[in-house]
Amino acid sequence: MTSAAEASTSPIAISIEKKLEMYRMMLDARLFEEKAHKLFFEGLVKGTSHLALGQEAVAAGFAAAMREDDLTFCTYRGHTHTLLRGAPMDRLMAELLGRSTGICGGKGGSMHLTDVTVGAMGSYAIVGAHLPIAAGAAWAAQARGTDQVAVAFFGDGATNIGAFHEALNLAAVWNLPVVFVCENNLYMEYTPIGAVTAVPHPAADRAAAYGLEGVILDGNDIEAVYTIAMRALEHARSGNGPVLIEAKTYRHGGHSRADPGKYRPDEEVEAWLQRDPIPAFRSRLEASGVATATLDQIEAASDAAVEAATEAARNAPYPDPTTLETEVWADGGSAWRN
Amino acid sequence: MAELTYRQAVARGIAQEMERDPRVFFIGEDVAAAGGVFKTTEGLQERFGPERVRDTPISEEAITGAVMGAAMNGLRPIAEIMFSDFFATCWDIVANQIAKARYMTDGQITLPLVIRSANGGGARFGAQHSQAMENWAMAIPGLKVVAPSNPRDVVGLLAASVRDDDPVIFLEQKSLYASKGDVPDGEIVDELGKATVVREGADITVVALAAMVPRALQAAEMLAGRGVDVEVIDLRSLVPLDMTTVLHSVAKTSRLATVEENPRLCGWGAEVTSIVTEEAFYDLDGPTLRITTPHIPLPSADTLEDLAMPSAELIAARVLQAGNA
Repeated sequence: MTSAAEASTSPIAISIEKKLEMYRMMLDARLFEEKAHKLFFEGLVKGTSHLALGQEAVAAGFAAAMREDDLTFCTYRGHTHTLLRGAPMDRLMAELLGRSTGICGGKGGSMHLTDVTVGAMGSYAIVGAHLPIAAGAAWAAQARGTDQVAVAFFGDGATNIGAFHEALNLAAVWNLPVVFVCENNLYMEYTPIGAVTAVPHPAADRAAAYGLEGVILDGNDIEAVYTIAMRALEHARSGNGPVLIEAKTYRHGGHSRADPGKYRPDEEVEAWLQRDPIPAFRSRLEASGVATATLDQIEAASDAAVEAATEAARNAPYPDPTTLETEVWADGGSAWRN
Repeated sequence: MAELTYRQAVARGIAQEMERDPRVFFIGEDVAAAGGVFKTTEGLQERFGPERVRDTPISEEAITGAVMGAAMNGLRPIAEIMFSDFFATCWDIVANQIAKARYMTDGQITLPLVIRSANGGGARFGAQHSQAMENWAMAIPGLKVVAPSNPRDVVGLLAASVRDDDPVIFLEQKSLYASKGDVPDGEIVDELGKATVVREGADITVVALAAMVPRALQAAEMLAGRGVDVEVIDLRSLVPLDMTTVLHSVAKTSRLATVEENPRLCGWGAEVTSIVTEEAFYDLDGPTLRITTPHIPLPSADTLEDLAMPSAELIAARVLQAGNA
C-alpha cells in the first residue's frame, strides 16, 4: 500500500465524468442529511439520527471507487454510505420516517439502513461490531473466489474497542480482502479521541501491531480519498490482504441529534468549516474549467431528488401492523413453538 | 449401525454436512490442527483441508463476526466457541448482530450459520467453564437453540442445524462427550423443534434436555420400583419448542416436572411450565414441579458440584415428594 504522502504526489487520473459524479454524490448526501435534520425537528424523523455532514468525501470517494459487487459495512452514522452505494433515496427517507416503503420496512430506522441489492450490507449500531463481520464477508469472498472486497467504515471511537483489534488481526493472519476505513472526526462521541487514546493517530498508529502500514489521509479531499480507495481496493482484490486507512475529517454538527456539539472550540469548528469538502471540490472543479452552470445544474438536480424523495416518504403509509411479527426467521415468520 | 461416543458424533455430523455441501466451512480455536480441546473435531482438517477447517485466534468476536459475515456472502459456516461460558465475550455479535440482522433488515439478510459450543456442568471446571447457557440464547428472538442428549441426535440435529437457514446455537453437553450410543449408518438428518418421548409412562411427564435426559431416565427406573410410571421427554431444542409433544403427554399423565441444569431464575422449565398452566391447567392433577440447580454459580469441588446439579436420585426424590404432597 502506498503512503498518503506518496499518493498525493502521484494522483491517478480521474475523468471529468467521474469527478462530476463524485460532486453529485456529495451533494446528494449533504442535501439528504440536511433534509433529514429538518424533518427531525418537524417530528417526522423519530428516535435519533447521527449525521455525517462534513464527512461526505470519505463515503463518496470510496463508493465511487468500489466495484458493484463490493460490500459496504458502515455504522449508525450510515445514511451517506448507504445512499451513495446506490440505495434509493426515497426508500431511505421513508425508512427514516418509519414508513412501509422504507428500505427495511420501518424495522431498521436511521441506525440500521441496509440495502443488500446494492452491496450496502448494513449499518451497525454497536461500535466496532461490523469490523469482524466485514472480515467474515471478505473470508467468504476469498473462499468462493469472487474477487469482492469488503469495506468497513468506522469512527475513531471504534479503535479502542476489542472487535477492532480482533478483526484486524484475523484479517491480517487470513490475508483477507477487506479495507478498514477509520473516519477520524476527532471526537469519539463527546470526548476528544486524543484524550482517551494512547497514540496520536487512533487507527494508523495501531496498524503496525497487525503487520499493516498505517495510511493517513485527508478525508476532506475527495480526489485524495478516491485515489487511496482505488489503490486500497486493488491491493485487497489482488490477494495482498487487508488495508487500514485513517481519514481525517470532521462532523459539522454534534454526535447525534441530541448533541449541539458545544464541547468543541469555536475556532476549531470554524477552521474545519473552511475545509468543507463540497465547496472545496467545487472551487477546484471551477478552477479546472468546469462551467458554473454545470455545477449549479448538479446541485439543482440533487435538491430536486431530495425534495421528491421527501414528498414520497411523507405520503407513504405507515407499516402494516401485520408486519410486526414477520421476518424473524428465514421462513418469513416469528413462530418459536408449535 | 456403529457405536459412537457423543464426541465422535460431533465430527461425524460436521463431516456429513461438509461432504454434502461445499459451502459448509468450520472454524474455531484449536479445532483444526489439534482437533479440538475436547477432541470433537479430530480428522476434519485432514479430510477437508486447511481452507475449510481453520484455526482461529482466541478472538470470540472475530469468530462469531466472521461466520456472520461469511453467511451473508454465500457460505454456510460452523463456528466453535470452545466453552459456552465464552459466549459472554461475544454476546454483542450473537445477540445484537446475528440474532437481529434479519428482522432489522426486513428479511434482506439470511444467516445460515451454526455456533457449536461445549455447554454445562459436571466436569469440575468451576463457575466460568461449567455454565449451561441455553437460557441466555433462548431469551433472544432470532436464535434457534439446540441441545442433543445422545450421539445419534448429535448427528441428526447438527445436520438439521447446518441445513437450517437461520442462526443456530448448538450446545453439546460436555459431560456427555464420553457417553456412547448406537448411531445408524448413512445420512442422518432430523427436524428442529421435534421433542422425543424417550420413555413412555402414565403417571407424570418429566421434561429434560441434554445431560438431564439420561438422569431423568435413570430416575424413572428408580421410580418404577416405587410404583410411579414416569414419561420422559427429551426436548432436543428450545427454539423451536415442541409444546405439542409436552401438552399431549401432560394430557395423558396429568402431572408435569421439568429438569434443568440451569440456575433457578428464568430457566426454560419456567417457560414450559407457564405454557402448560396457561393452556392445560385443567389437565393437571397437582402442582407442577421445577427441578434446577440452586441459584448459584457452579462450584468446582466434585462433592459440591454433584450437590448442585440435579442427580437421578434428586429427581426421583423430588418427584416422589411432589406426588405425596
